[in-house]
Amino acid sequence: MFEHYLNLSIQSIFVENMALAFFLGMCSFLAVSRKVSTSVGLGIAVTFILIVVTPMNNLIYNNLLRQGALAWAHPSLATVDLSFLAFLTFIGTIAAMVQIVEMIIDKFAPALYNALGVFLPLIAVNCAILGASLFMIERNYTATESFVFGLGSGIGWLLAIAGLAAIRERLMYHNIPAGLRGLGITFIITGLMAIAFMTFAGIQL
Amino acid sequence: MAKSKEALFNPVFGENPIAAQVLGICSALAVTTQMIPSTVMCLALIAVTALSNVSVSAVRNFIPPNIRIIVQLTIIASLVIIADQVIKAYAFDVSKQLSVYVGLIITNCIVMGRAEAFAMQEKPWKSFLDGIGNGIGYSLFLIIVSFFRELLGSGKIYGFEVLKLESEGGWYVPNGLMVLAPSAFFIIGLMIWALRTWKPEQVEEN
Repeated sequence: MFEHYLNLSIQSIFVENMALAFFLGMCSFLAVSRKVSTSVGLGIAVTFILIVVTPMNNLIYNNLLRQGALAWAHPSLATVDLSFLAFLTFIGTIAAMVQIVEMIIDKFAPALYNALGVFLPLIAVNCAILGASLFMIERNYTATESFVFGLGSGIGWLLAIAGLAAIRERLMYHNIPAGLRGLGITFIITGLMAIAFMTFAGIQL
Repeated sequence: MAKSKEALFNPVFGENPIAAQVLGICSALAVTTQMIPSTVMCLALIAVTALSNVSVSAVRNFIPPNIRIIVQLTIIASLVIIADQVIKAYAFDVSKQLSVYVGLIITNCIVMGRAEAFAMQEKPWKSFLDGIGNGIGYSLFLIIVSFFRELLGSGKIYGFEVLKLESEGGWYVPNGLMVLAPSAFFIIGLMIWALRTWKPEQVEEN
């Protein structure tokens, strides 16, 4: 059992990296990767929200939305299928959880709150979070699996953005052709990083 | 009239959402391995952007400022649910290929960005044109990327054979990289380079 979870986490960190294999969370990935310190902060915040939101959405989907999931409330509801409401529910959960997590961190860990700053509210519209929840339904994960998947995807995203930021910091000292500066070269570096991460493909434990 | 035209065409070339504003790359790249799914994705996005702009603009005077993000997200999510159901009903195979990326239109920064930056201030008709314009600007990028990826990766355009593959007795050896994720980054990077060489005012500081 433990091996299965370990395998799932390796899979989600390296092989199916959210940013480099599925292009999720690209907007903030490209915009906030100028400095290593801020990008690590954002990565930690994303991981944190993913750990909370993915299992939560899993429980909501399996107990309220899936076809027949409402049977526990009343037998006549056994044929109700609310799964088309998934998008709306998930985005609502994400927005609400981001708010709650923001308040909790503010209360109990003010130092972390100040470090994360404006990134926390922005996470609500990070596609990696919604993407993880949607992949979770598509692959029929259980609650524990979706926790591991959320954790793994978050760490993978953190690794990718920290690596990109480190490379971009070095690029400041290089003479890049004018048209390629900034966004252009960042795309090409991300492509090279994606190739590097593809070497992890096929790893099984 | 001139203003409407500007609202429609400025986002296509002048302020292209992908190249100039770095918006909406999230869900854009993964669907570009073939042209059919990317065309469907573009149509869905144009419809959602235009309709969400209209709806947000129509209720803009009634939205309390501090909950506007939630209101916008709800409007956008409902429209995306409709788009998803329509695609599932009329193009089921394509909806399987697009998998989670239709749902990710919700968090596509173009839709949110235009609702927040444009539709909250402007009248519905102008917002509608702005939504169409931004959708087309996005689609232009997506179609070009998927054109190169499908042509070089599998020798086809819209599923029709253009370059006959070597494995089927032809001459073209497909470029395997083009089917994989990294190629989309390279193509967009090179396209931005080309665009900025053509329009030097978009060049960034180092």
